Amino acid sequence: MTEQPLLRLRGVTKTYGAGPASFLALKGIDLDIEQGEFVAVMGPSGSGKSTMMNILGCLDTPSTGSYTFQGVHVETLTRDQRALLRRYQLGFVFQGFNLLSRTTALENVELPLIYRHEPKARRRIAALEALEKVGLHGWENHTPAELSGGQQQRVAIARAIVSKPSVLLADEPTGNLDSKTSREIMELITGINRQSITVLMVSHEPDMAAYAGRIIHFVDGCVDSDVLNPEAPR
Amino acid sequence: MIWNTLLLSLRAILRNLMRSFLTILGIVIGVAAVITMVTLGNGATRAVSDQIASMGANQLMVVPGQMMGPGSEGAQSFKIADVNAIRSQITSARAVAPVVNKSETVIFQARNWSTSIVGTSNDYFLVGGWTLAGGRTFSELEERAGRAVCVIGETVREKLFQRENPVGGEIRIRTFSCQVIGLLKAKGQAAMGQDQDDTVIMPLRTVQRRITGTKDIKRIVVSIKDGASIDSAKSRLVQLLRERRRLGPSEDDDFRVMDTRQLAETVTGTTKILTMLLGAVAAVSLLVGGIGIMNIMLVSVTERTREIGTRLAIGALENEVLLQFLIEAVMLSGLGGLIGILLGNGASVALSGVMGVPYVFDSSINLMAFFFSAFIGVLFGFFPARRAARLNPIDALRYE
Repeated sequence: MTEQPLLRLRGVTKTYGAGPASFLALKGIDLDIEQGEFVAVMGPSGSGKSTMMNILGCLDTPSTGSYTFQGVHVETLTRDQRALLRRYQLGFVFQGFNLLSRTTALENVELPLIYRHEPKARRRIAALEALEKVGLHGWENHTPAELSGGQQQRVAIARAIVSKPSVLLADEPTGNLDSKTSREIMELITGINRQSITVLMVSHEPDMAAYAGRIIHFVDGCVDSDVLNPEAPR
Repeated sequence: MIWNTLLLSLRAILRNLMRSFLTILGIVIGVAAVITMVTLGNGATRAVSDQIASMGANQLMVVPGQMMGPGSEGAQSFKIADVNAIRSQITSARAVAPVVNKSETVIFQARNWSTSIVGTSNDYFLVGGWTLAGGRTFSELEERAGRAVCVIGETVREKLFQRENPVGGEIRIRTFSCQVIGLLKAKGQAAMGQDQDDTVIMPLRTVQRRITGTKDIKRIVVSIKDGASIDSAKSRLVQLLRERRRLGPSEDDDFRVMDTRQLAETVTGTTKILTMLLGAVAAVSLLVGGIGIMNIMLVSVTERTREIGTRLAIGALENEVLLQFLIEAVMLSGLGGLIGILLGNGASVALSGVMGVPYVFDSSINLMAFFFSAFIGVLFGFFPARRAARLNPIDALRYE
């Protein structure tokens, strides 16, 4: 049995639009990501980094090329099959937090478990545990409007990890936060990575990317550099 | 999956109480309006048919001419021989009464009152289902001799005699005096609204001789024995009168035989049409309520596009999102329908009390209003739900 990386992209391209107005966002990406890595994807806007994240997150499909997730060819899956893959294997953290408004932190964190049909008692225990992990013990019954930006992002991280995913995808997780809060969030994410959850993060701030063990630079739809970061906190 | 989605829908409804309330309100008003209108209409129909039944069941009325009203003047009137022929030849007839009526002013002491004078026989009381509150009906001698005696209705008693006992009193009509020998038990308003108790009843011959001055009879009322067929009595009556009036086979009837059932059908038919009209107006408000639901669901999808994106990213299936929105819509419109049914029936009970019509619970209109509101919920919930569920998660997430 040959060694199979967790995520493997081979010759992945992505075209938006059709005809003369079409735009090639990704120009043939080959990439392997191993279990347990912490990868930061950097690059200017329009460089294709978000497009690649959407493909890795199974939110979008490549135009050509192949993407295997634990040996499964994602490009052949249906919409619902990809949804199930997200449900059981992936956790998402977004720049805009994307919490349900007027809904308590606890209910927000419970949401992925409802879709996983966990029984009520187990759902509650797991959600409380996740909230404690992100340092929000005692804030369970607050709605997003009653929480600061940092706290909202912690709720979002709790929601992403409550289902114990194998990969955490974070799209500019600190984009809307001040630098002190950003560092706290990054330390939280680093801690999650130490519990052998693979982390993929898009960021354009070098300070934040510096937490990652591997930094990939995107320019113009291609991988410009792919380097290990020995300075990363371990 | 249903149970989970039910939980998600319930949370979404409770999370947006104000929006849910507004959605429900439209349906509540629509359903309550339809139920109230139709229930009141049914009550009015019931009231009318009850009153017609109180006129006496199994009743036939024979009038000369084909049309009711002024057009009948030219047709040949009936004579007392016709009445006797009907009485002897229609075996299923229980009572046959000739009727002549005229509006006259009746006077007692210093009070006068304009009322309807009816000239007839004792059978009239039987046919009309009248009972006496006091006194007696006509004697055979009084009928045969055309004596000036009368039986008066409750309204006439009230207007002329007030607190005095009318029986034995003398009232004056035109130039003659008439002794009151009996008082009718009150019957109240008739189906068309006229006061049935506003009447003075005299022997036929008295009215013919002293008031109308002819031997004509304006109509004949017949009551049929219980259990006998009205239709066969009617056809035999028609046959008999055609013979007596010497109508050839090619000639049309120059008289008309109507039964109470027909009359009831005519009158209740009118109120039923009115009920349908009111119901239709109310149905429009139900439709408006449904459009309100559709609007709010559409707006809420726009509002909730990011939320839907989040749900899809977390791993919700398209069907789960669709089902959640459907359940939300059905729950809201179902709840609105239930509240509307309670409110509509409450208003119906209250208003039918005020209007003096019976409250008639109509399960079919309740069920119809409920299922229509649920149907609107499904219909108008489905399209926004489908739009929501088919969104690409990335587009939904980035939606501003």
